[in-house]
Amino acid sequence: MELLNDVFTAKAIFIGIVFAITLGIAAYSTYFERKIAAFMQDRIGPDRAGPFGILQPLADAVKMFMKEDFIPANSNKWLFIAGPCLSMLTALMTSAVVPFGDTVTVAGVTFDLQGIDVNIGILWVFGIVSLGVYGILIGGWASNNKYSLLGAIRAASQNISYELAMGMSIIAILMLTGSLSTKTIVETQQAGHWNILQQPLGFLIFLICAFAECNRTPFDLPECETELIGGYHTEYSSMKLGFYLFAEYINMFISGAVMATLFFGGYDYPGYAFVAGQFGTTVAAFVGMGALIGKSLLFVFVFMWVRWTLPRFRYDQLMGLGWTGLIPLSMFNVVVTGFGILIGQPILAGIGGVVILLAGLFLNDAIFRKKKIA
Amino acid sequence: MDVSNIWYFLSGLTLLSALMVVLAKNPIHSVLYLVFTFFCISGHYVLLNAQFLMAVNIIVYAGAIMVLFLFVIMMLDLRKNKPESKSSLTKLAGAIVSGSLLVILVAAFHKNNLPAPSGETTGFSSQTGMVENLGKILYSEYLLPFELVSILFFVAMVGAVLLGKREAGERNF
Repeated sequence: MELLNDVFTAKAIFIGIVFAITLGIAAYSTYFERKIAAFMQDRIGPDRAGPFGILQPLADAVKMFMKEDFIPANSNKWLFIAGPCLSMLTALMTSAVVPFGDTVTVAGVTFDLQGIDVNIGILWVFGIVSLGVYGILIGGWASNNKYSLLGAIRAASQNISYELAMGMSIIAILMLTGSLSTKTIVETQQAGHWNILQQPLGFLIFLICAFAECNRTPFDLPECETELIGGYHTEYSSMKLGFYLFAEYINMFISGAVMATLFFGGYDYPGYAFVAGQFGTTVAAFVGMGALIGKSLLFVFVFMWVRWTLPRFRYDQLMGLGWTGLIPLSMFNVVVTGFGILIGQPILAGIGGVVILLAGLFLNDAIFRKKKIA
Repeated sequence: MDVSNIWYFLSGLTLLSALMVVLAKNPIHSVLYLVFTFFCISGHYVLLNAQFLMAVNIIVYAGAIMVLFLFVIMMLDLRKNKPESKSSLTKLAGAIVSGSLLVILVAAFHKNNLPAPSGETTGFSSQTGMVENLGKILYSEYLLPFELVSILFFVAMVGAVLLGKREAGERNF
């Protein structure tokens, strides 16, 4: 009983730390988003609050809290409040099953650096992602504004469409690993056997779907300013708006962590065994936690990079890419992975699949383009 | 807290939210209560140590089907064309139908004499609901029904695509 309590306390503290890290990274993502945008557009960016504008997120938060909290007269009041709360809730729930590190021993208590190790870990992620749309849908509808409603409906149909391809790309990972547990998925990738080597196509599909699920450019149609004013959060002000924006950044960080877990070895890093031998497994595990967070920050950077590089899709293009592009592609990926497992060469099959795909696309293009011209 | 207390609390919550689905005036509220009911049912699955069913229930029902429901109801905007309050004849017919259904269900349970759960735990495995065991059973003992169900889904999918497909030359709204 004593041990159980110790582990319980340790886990509680760990979950608190992950919570704090997530919020801190989300807050500073807003700062880096603006800095990166400024760099790409040859500007300076925020530089007033503190040295290099480093206190800008703090100033933004104060501004958000101080603004008038306005609820439109004809809105559905409770659902209007529930919208941002649900968005935030679903954004924060996913990190429960992300394995941040291996087993550590702190002050005589041994525990995993992971919220919960359930044997359906990846399904949990998938389920929470599919619930993420409720916050947007409810908030957009409760605003009683046509633009908000259109934004919400766009978000819902986009999420449903891209979830399918996302699930199919996860299935290929499950075929390789043979387990739904995120911990097991990471453990099979230790010592450099990262899934990206066997699943380049699956990773690409997952990345595109992650963009769509986070409502990021080029798929940020739900908040497309040129058509919908602010999209689903048109009527929101003050910290309710802040929650929506914040949830988006949390989603970016968490989806980065999930991508690192599924495709980039999770907390694995080159020289893990050396560090473990030199300084003990606990230090190695904590460095691994840093490695995982570093990987997810890299993905956050990719999210921003793409945002300031690519223009927005048109809505029919978005739906076309989801249904006629990514879903057949992910089915192809599942077949290729199965073939690779059958011949015992998953890496060869993964790369071969990409080559066959590119060759097929090129041939298809070469044949049909000519017909169109003639 | 005792597990049975959690069960009573969860069951009460399930029944309450299921009642609210029927009683809520606003169709959007009805859908949201239904989503909440699904969550409560998922909670029951967790109590039965069936985590896989819990996750699938949330993904399929709460995550996909109910989003579509909400989607359609929001698009139709039922507040504008809300039907007039139902006539007493409809109410009477509804009461008779649901009442007789209740009688049939109670009679069926009564007739079958379902054994009350005994306290004995021999032959009980807490791991039955785990995804590994579920998969093994599905792909060995129940392989034929499983494949038949997948064929059924496939046919339904083809039908949906056929219905949704625009013919060449048809008007594109």
